Amino acid sequence: MSRRRPTWLSLIVGAALVAAPALLLAASEPNAPWTLPEQASTYAGRIDGIFNLILWITGIVFFLVEGTLLVFVFKYRAKPGAKATYTHGSNRLEVIWTIIPALILVFLAVMSQDSWAYIRNHFPASGTVIDITAEQFAWNIRYPGPDGKLDTADDIVTLNQLHFPVDKPALINLHSKDVIHSFFLPEFRIKQDAVPGMTTRVWVQAKHTGHWEIACAELCGLGHYRMKGYLTVDRPEDFQKWLAETAAENKTESK
Amino acid sequence: MSEAVAVAHGHGVHPAPTSFWRKYVFSLDHKVIGIQYMTYSLFMLVVGGLLAMLVRWQLAFPGRPLAFMGKIAPAGMPGGVMLPEFYNSLFTMHATIMIFFAIMPLLIGAFGNYVVPLQIGARDMAFPRLNMMSFWTAVPGAFLIIASFFVEGGAAQSGWTSYAPLSAIQPKGQTLWLLALLVLGLSSLLTAVNFITTVINLRAPGMHFFRMPLTVWALFIDAILLLLALPVLSAAMIMLLFDRVLHTTFFLPAGLIVSGSAWTNAGGGQPLLWQHLFWFFGHPEVYIMILPSMGIVSDVMAVFSRKPIFGYRSMAYAMCGIAGLGWIVWGHHMFQSGMNPYLGTTFMISTMVIAVPSAIKTFNWLGTLWRGQIQFTTPMLNAIAFVAMFAIGGLSGIFMASTPVDIFIHDTYFIVGHIHYVLFGGSLFGAFAGLYFWFPKMFGRMLNETWGKVHFWLTFIFFNGVMFPMHILGMRGMQRRIYDYTQYTHLQGLQPMNIFMSFSAFALGVSQIILIVNFFWSLKFGERVGDNPWRANTLEWQTSSPPPHENFAEIPVVYHGPYEYSVPGMAEDYLPQTQPASAPLSSH
Repeated sequence: MSRRRPTWLSLIVGAALVAAPALLLAASEPNAPWTLPEQASTYAGRIDGIFNLILWITGIVFFLVEGTLLVFVFKYRAKPGAKATYTHGSNRLEVIWTIIPALILVFLAVMSQDSWAYIRNHFPASGTVIDITAEQFAWNIRYPGPDGKLDTADDIVTLNQLHFPVDKPALINLHSKDVIHSFFLPEFRIKQDAVPGMTTRVWVQAKHTGHWEIACAELCGLGHYRMKGYLTVDRPEDFQKWLAETAAENKTESK
Repeated sequence: MSEAVAVAHGHGVHPAPTSFWRKYVFSLDHKVIGIQYMTYSLFMLVVGGLLAMLVRWQLAFPGRPLAFMGKIAPAGMPGGVMLPEFYNSLFTMHATIMIFFAIMPLLIGAFGNYVVPLQIGARDMAFPRLNMMSFWTAVPGAFLIIASFFVEGGAAQSGWTSYAPLSAIQPKGQTLWLLALLVLGLSSLLTAVNFITTVINLRAPGMHFFRMPLTVWALFIDAILLLLALPVLSAAMIMLLFDRVLHTTFFLPAGLIVSGSAWTNAGGGQPLLWQHLFWFFGHPEVYIMILPSMGIVSDVMAVFSRKPIFGYRSMAYAMCGIAGLGWIVWGHHMFQSGMNPYLGTTFMISTMVIAVPSAIKTFNWLGTLWRGQIQFTTPMLNAIAFVAMFAIGGLSGIFMASTPVDIFIHDTYFIVGHIHYVLFGGSLFGAFAGLYFWFPKMFGRMLNETWGKVHFWLTFIFFNGVMFPMHILGMRGMQRRIYDYTQYTHLQGLQPMNIFMSFSAFALGVSQIILIVNFFWSLKFGERVGDNPWRANTLEWQTSSPPPHENFAEIPVVYHGPYEYSVPGMAEDYLPQTQPASAPLSSH
């Protein structure tokens, strides 16, 4: 029996080492329908980096576990007259397969923490300040007017149309009038709930100009599915122009 | 207590009740109550499954009419076209019914009730009357939840998590949802007390804790989790009920403006409080739903590998570990909720750590198969599928444990994929394994094996067909709980994949007809088998099939652990717990 012992092991390991990278490389094929969306924010790459790291590790574990399962199921199918090996386990193995997963998992937590802190705890000192108040089923967006302060008479307001300039952080304060909503920009890898009674903050910086959609990611009632907004990332001069035009529109509407 | 003591010491067997009402309806026999729970939960499983079919119809073909539904549910689907509020009711009720009315009563009410007293060598549960009350409290719960479809405004539509303030301002169906779950919660609480008392006090002579089958371990730990978690949910639901009907403001902050007008009772409340309370219950809850299946699968795997379970003590300790750590991970549901990000870090670490006991269990199942003599019976196929699918559910959980990755995948279909790999791939395959395994014990006849295997393979294939692509939808940014994703430009390309998933779901649903027909056919015409058709060691197989009233003619004496298969030097490859070993058994 001993001469056959290494065969299955090398088979699984070999198959896992070939199959896992093949599938994982297929998964990172750009623009394929099973990949992550484009990376439009400065930190999207960081999040995708951790995503892919976890995909690699769990992918390899997946092939090892499922491969072992398949091989065992095939190899140890009942044969007439044969008897199973009588064993209650191995303390050494228990220790090994407790410590190795624990180390990998703590490693993943440490790798994650850096980006979590970067996105959630370290807010840029300056940027485009924007106030967004969610309601069933729209996004009320507010910019400070010429006085540079929010919640004053000269605030510039829009509905569902979010603009901010490229290459500069947008500092967004989120509020809600009624129920919980969630501000979600898939291509920017950012999501933050807007909770009534409190202000939540989020920052995001675009890598290039363009048009995207804002989704609501928290069930907020019957119109949840159509609580859509539009994001335009402008060149700085275009953004100032748009802001001025919107301010002028606000004035005519209030007259 | 005198009843319990008498049962424990087995002084004489009480005569079985003869009247129809006492025997089949208001029975005190844990076996009858177990079968009552099984009927109840399998019926609700069908209801929950049908709701999922409607959800999948809308996701495959948003807005396309389904003519016959226009007649069945004219309010929710006028002319057969689904309204968004009805869609919200469908997924809310699908999850609520599956979690609380199907999976929990099937694993705990049916298998727990039927198997635990038998496996520990008791005549019944410690409190038979309380047991009867548990079941008959669960029944009005089911009536309430089904009735909620017929009230003005339809059934609850704020998700099974019912986040406030949405759940506080929804139509009447939400009130019935709360009442149904409060009633059902009381029922589960009574069951939990009963299980704990039974396992601690009624074990047969020689049945030490570390001689208990892992199914008993699992349900014992489960009952402790239920006892501690459910009161928190009940308290939260009572507060929400008060917010809805008595105009309190536990979850309603000041200045709430709904549809342009100020909400009448608002001020001082905190919406996140609901989430903390809900998930403090909710995370132990997901383990409550997986532990019994872990126990069942361990028992089934040992029997059909003809081998002792690998690392029996590790398996028990891992379940204890899950039960302990399960209390300090709830915040991972709230990473993007506005909770302090430093707390997010804490919960990420505890969540990563809780994956370890699940990994230990998976490796030990593989160890059990290693050098076994594997028999591919239907229960075993389902148990192997459990390990294969639970591994996927466990690994996908690591993505959402990572706080930055969760920013992106939170509230997307990735999460829906994860939960279905754990709850269907895990809990339900485990329940199927238990059903095929114990059916001959319950009814003295086998479920048809050929049709059982057909049912297994179809279920396994179509389950993956509908659930695996969910991860990809999530990676593309498709939100969960969304009535019409084609509203978004970036999601429109996902329709072909959704159509494929929906057809898989319909095929998955249709495949269950095989199980239903097999169940009823086998009750009447199934092959008659002896007391121990699987040649298993545990005590339930050492009495007749079905067992008599009060289970055992004589209370059995237990000589060793439950998994002594293929002991060297023995003619038979199994050694019942009631039979002393001819030579001392090794512990390794």
